[in-house]
Amino acid sequence: MSQLRNPALRVVLLAASLALWEAAVRLLRIPSFILPAPSQVGAALYRGAVSGIYLQHFWITLGETLLGFALGSLVAFVIGAALAASRSVEYFFYPYIVMFQSMPKVALAPLVVVWFGLGLTSKVVSAALIAFFPLLVNTVVGLRSADEDRVDLMRSLAASEVQIFRMLRLPSALPFIMAGLEVAMVFSLVGAIVAEFVGAEAGLGMLIQSRNFSMDVAGEFAILFILAAMGLALNSVLVSVRRRVLFWDPSQKAESNAASIKGGL
Amino acid sequence: MAHSADVIAVKNLRKEYQTPRGTVLALDEIGFNVAEGEFVAVVGPSGCGKSTLLKILAGLLPATRGEVKLHSVAITGPRRDIGVVFQSPVLFPWRTVLDNVLLPVDVQRLGREAGRARALELLAMVGLQGFEHRYPWELSGGMQQRVAISRGLIHNPAMLLMDEPFGALDAMTREGLNLELQRIWLERRKTVLFITHSIAEAVFLADRVLVMTPRPGRITEHVPVGIPRPRALDVLSVPEFGGIVQRIRAHFNAKGGLEA
Repeated sequence: MSQLRNPALRVVLLAASLALWEAAVRLLRIPSFILPAPSQVGAALYRGAVSGIYLQHFWITLGETLLGFALGSLVAFVIGAALAASRSVEYFFYPYIVMFQSMPKVALAPLVVVWFGLGLTSKVVSAALIAFFPLLVNTVVGLRSADEDRVDLMRSLAASEVQIFRMLRLPSALPFIMAGLEVAMVFSLVGAIVAEFVGAEAGLGMLIQSRNFSMDVAGEFAILFILAAMGLALNSVLVSVRRRVLFWDPSQKAESNAASIKGGL
Repeated sequence: MAHSADVIAVKNLRKEYQTPRGTVLALDEIGFNVAEGEFVAVVGPSGCGKSTLLKILAGLLPATRGEVKLHSVAITGPRRDIGVVFQSPVLFPWRTVLDNVLLPVDVQRLGREAGRARALELLAMVGLQGFEHRYPWELSGGMQQRVAISRGLIHNPAMLLMDEPFGALDAMTREGLNLELQRIWLERRKTVLFITHSIAEAVFLADRVLVMTPRPGRITEHVPVGIPRPRALDVLSVPEFGGIVQRIRAHFNAKGGLEA
């Protein structure tokens, strides 16, 4: 079977669908506060870009997302390592974790804003909370995935538990950890935006809400476009890191197994 | 029987496993010695407890009863002076061939500089010069097992334990590696305990074959192999070789399930 791969055709297809959208909005006289035409979205994007307002809020949301990602991932890794290392830690803490996990974390955002205020902290905490689980689960599973023969080999060399962790368990867990990080990155963007919705002084999520109140739907679309681009950029950074770090992992030839759960929130 | 030149001395070894259905006796009344520089093979069918025996010698499993000594010191846990080669190569895919061979050096902090020179020498000995910067997944199964043998020797262990190291390879590769292992052994005179379910492989390689029968695992006979070395592959058709193989096979004939 021959695979059709033509970059020019892709561009044509994109242009055609934009044109169709534009034509539909104009011909059917859809009001712009329901669905703006692509030209209006483009104009809004341009205005915001020139005024610098998007960029200013972009940096704020990006900062919240990255800090939340770092905090959530770090805590998830440490707790995950403790859970994987000790069955008794798992025994005592697992019920809370299951309980916490089955709760929709976005529902915590109002509480987080009450506790941590309208500023940066509440956004970082919210992002971290949502980013936490995918990495926690993957860290535990990954650290326990080390091949028994390899563990026996390390033991037969009189390796300490710390050495077995550093030289064997951690590298064995990396494919899982990288997949968890990719999900965590997308999730922290969600966490930051949700907290901005609840209460914020700045950020792209806050900007979406203020555009919504003023019925500037074209502006909203422009920001959604920026958020999509941000998510894509963050993800591709992680994908390139994964390719570098996991050059030895045969499953890297297949696409990331994280992709299937990414749409979960 | 025990004297000071023995590297390994096993006496009245017994191993029981506790299962939900009760106690299973895996090994019973195991006793043997391996002298310095001797190549001893343990042959027996699958499930006779060979691997359990090896794990006890490697310090990975405790014995239920009996004595296991390495250079007159009881083996109570993993030791730094034992090299193990498992049935699968057990290489780390994120380490290069060279770094895989250096794993024991890293674990036991023996010094990378000296280790590196030794590793390159060992890799050359097993015919893998030029492959040191490749990754294990770029190598064939036979080549991977040679890397594992180099790794088993890098820390200059008092003894090399080999658990069916060529069992997963095809017959031709296996014969090649048997020849190579003999050559390495003749060069280094390392004390080797080699576990296999192939009678021919055991007789071809060993100075002495320990015959192990299952349920519970017992050593029923010590068969010395007097065929002079170096042995070529055509030794397999020599009457003396056939006689020893027959003698060993007689132990299993009733039970069957063992390859020539």
